[in-house]
Amino acid sequence: MTTIKSLEDLKRAREDALKKRDAKTASGVAQVIVGMGTCGIAAGARDTMKAILDTIEKDSLNGIIVTQTGCIGLCEKEPIVQVVIGTQPKVTYGKVDAEVAKKILKEHVINGQPVADHVIQM
Amino acid sequence: MRELSLHLLDIAENSVASGASQIKIRVVEAIKIDLLQMSVEDNGKGMDTAMVASVTDPFVTSRTTRKVGLGIPLLKEAAEACNGFLTITSQVGVGTTVFVQFQRSHIDRMPLGDIAETFLTLLIANPAIHWLFHYQVDDEAFDFDDAPIKTELDGLPYTEPDILNFLRETIETGIQDVRARDIG
Repeated sequence: MTTIKSLEDLKRAREDALKKRDAKTASGVAQVIVGMGTCGIAAGARDTMKAILDTIEKDSLNGIIVTQTGCIGLCEKEPIVQVVIGTQPKVTYGKVDAEVAKKILKEHVINGQPVADHVIQM
Repeated sequence: MRELSLHLLDIAENSVASGASQIKIRVVEAIKIDLLQMSVEDNGKGMDTAMVASVTDPFVTSRTTRKVGLGIPLLKEAAEACNGFLTITSQVGVGTTVFVQFQRSHIDRMPLGDIAETFLTLLIANPAIHWLFHYQVDDEAFDFDDAPIKTELDGLPYTEPDILNFLRETIETGIQDVRARDIG
């Protein structure tokens, strides 16, 4: 990975990233949503978010969108992570610590296999 | 929550939920006068006087999924336990500012924790918002404004690996430098 030091470098990184994204889009854009209500934060959602971002950065995973949502009313299952791949239905995971988050990224987001033992049936 | 940076994240989430398009966060460690201050200023929907007066009550919340709001009361209590206070100023249609102050050296003051990670989480997960971060130790300060970066990226998400790396390095180094300069 190239280290970006300035806005000029950022411009070049943008071009590279765009090329990689074009190749990725065919398989469908992946969206990862982390619950960031008071309940989520108290349960460790920031560490979950950090694990997701670190994995994207270290493994150079292109084409993943990471966003957040507030409390969805399942506070006892926090930290909660939801995954949407292309037009497939949303999968909701509970009790997602840093390790589980990495597993979800690798097995579900990259390889398309949901991590069954952490799925919450909605 | 055991870190002030987690409380800060929680308070900033209220601003995100308020529909703000711009959120300004300040963290100031005024060591010489023994104060630690944090503020979150948004241009969201704001609150009327009655809502502001009641918002520190744990049984009041604007949320609909759960009946109890705990974020603000928890932080207010933590500040008051450290010779500090929490104030909320708000105006409907204009926005809200939450300000909290602690006696920095107070034995019960929670550690600030990972402020860079709080900034990064907010920035990356809420790309539609214009973020302004300020971190200061005495006379040394780090300011981060994501507007020029967004212009440069022209729609490319923050979650591309190289961009993430740039944002993390910028924020982590900025905060470390402020601390190093203050000691030096």
